[in-house]
Amino acid sequence: MSTTAYDRVRIARSEKRPTGLDYIRNLFTGFYEMHGDRHFADDPAVVGGIALLQGRPVTVIAIEKGHTVQERTMRNFGAPNPEGYRKALRLMRQAEKFGRPVLCFVDTSGAFCGVGAEERGQGEAIAHNLTEMMGLRVPVISVLIGEGGSGGALALAVSDRVWMLENAVYSVISPEGCASILWKDAAQAEVAAESLRLTAADALSLGVIEEIIPEDDLGAPAFYGRLSAKLASELECLAAVPDLPEQRYARFRRIGCPSAAPAAKPARARAAGRAKREEKGQV
Amino acid sequence: MAGLHFLYKPENQLEEGGRKSAPLPQDAGEERTCPNCHGSFPAEAVRANGEVCTVCGYHFRLGARARIALTADEGSFQELFSDTVGSDPLSFPGYGKKLEKARAASGEREAVLCGAASVGGHPCCLFAMDSLFMMGSMGTAVGEKITLLFEYALEHRLPVVGFTVSGGARMQEGLLSLMQMAKTSGAVRRHSDAGLFYLTVLTDPTTGGVTASFAMEGDVILAEPGATVGFAGARVVEQTTGRALPKDFQKSEFILEHGFADAIVPRGDLRRTISDLLQYHSGGNA
Repeated sequence: MSTTAYDRVRIARSEKRPTGLDYIRNLFTGFYEMHGDRHFADDPAVVGGIALLQGRPVTVIAIEKGHTVQERTMRNFGAPNPEGYRKALRLMRQAEKFGRPVLCFVDTSGAFCGVGAEERGQGEAIAHNLTEMMGLRVPVISVLIGEGGSGGALALAVSDRVWMLENAVYSVISPEGCASILWKDAAQAEVAAESLRLTAADALSLGVIEEIIPEDDLGAPAFYGRLSAKLASELECLAAVPDLPEQRYARFRRIGCPSAAPAAKPARARAAGRAKREEKGQV
Repeated sequence: MAGLHFLYKPENQLEEGGRKSAPLPQDAGEERTCPNCHGSFPAEAVRANGEVCTVCGYHFRLGARARIALTADEGSFQELFSDTVGSDPLSFPGYGKKLEKARAASGEREAVLCGAASVGGHPCCLFAMDSLFMMGSMGTAVGEKITLLFEYALEHRLPVVGFTVSGGARMQEGLLSLMQMAKTSGAVRRHSDAGLFYLTVLTDPTTGGVTASFAMEGDVILAEPGATVGFAGARVVEQTTGRALPKDFQKSEFILEHGFADAIVPRGDLRRTISDLLQYHSGGNA
């Protein structure tokens, strides 16, 4: 049986999946964590600092969900507050000052929806990251390792390269949220998940990401070894790009330009979706 | 996917593709009821007052063209990019129909109206979003039009004045809508880097992905009184936190108090304020 879009949503959310800190521990050496946004607080949902990638210093930023109940509670289930995005931006600016590349590992159901988050300007914090990341003069690579929840994920993914793990998802709204708004029925999440085109393969065909990282041996030393080598070699390529902000703008500029129609959905996937719905008697 | 439409139970106006009929009564003798003070007034008087309640000052929502008419110098507005129109890039269930309805309801081809104009004699680029078009949600066409407008303004060295009204990113265009947040932010950034002025006016409601992108990126951010401005929907925040929301939560006054807007300006003063600010930014000599 093939993996449906909603299966991937479930896999992406699994607490057994490697989290941001697992990537930091396994891809890098000599990690020094840097705390705080210098304005309000330190957001435990966003971990950032400096580490060595194959011996070269890089700035690393990861959204951390945690594995155990205690960890997940402490990390606010990986839902950053504005101070998390501001900490990330502070570290990116620091990276720019010292000519370090930036690597982001994104895994969030979305930016936190709370009274405090609104009071401290969640919208402004995300918007500010978008404009500032657009102008960074150092290479930025973002890897979506689990959930890519809307603006809360995009705020760490205005990058020169965006990669997704095979079972990661990237979406403008959660399938449950979409289904309950459109069809007043969260149970329609499976249909919504497919319609939203949120899988890595979808994102690739829409031109939103560059690469899909296979995850047959997810979490194994060989997996991290390959990813680490791949990141290092991509940074090498990006170091040779003359005007990164210009290229980064061009990268996003062409996405969803109505005059240039996006690639059609592969006929096979469409047929599979139809068959699945017919099975459920929805056609 | 086409078979899904009979499963729909539209929950709100956005889901129905916007209000079905024009909100402004055309007959001069008709009455308007204010949703705030519940008084009934002659529609003509409300219209003459810029769609503001003559008793309590409640600001009715304005369509994009009405907004431009209230703001731009008479006859100065020249629409741009009107042929940039959205499609249904993901073949999302029911979206094609919704787009048709939204076009009928708003009389617009997309949820934002863009152009060049002058305000108080100061040339500028203007955009106004339209709540009647799928609650001003941002899909690829909206993102593209805003981006084109900032690129045009950059090329002609013009300031940009924008009125935001939006439920956020348009979910029927999925990831492509989300990416418009980055794209428009990039366009704002380049315009800003060239030393050009961008003024946003937050109007009711400005939420979600639009708040988290170009609405909050102005050099000056003004808000109309009583507008809802926020990132997450109030209902979502209430459900997430399980607590009652503070008074005036996500209203313009709340946004001002917490430091995310420069000023609240009543509609009647907006034109003059915009004109003055355009003048003050028309060339520093430091």
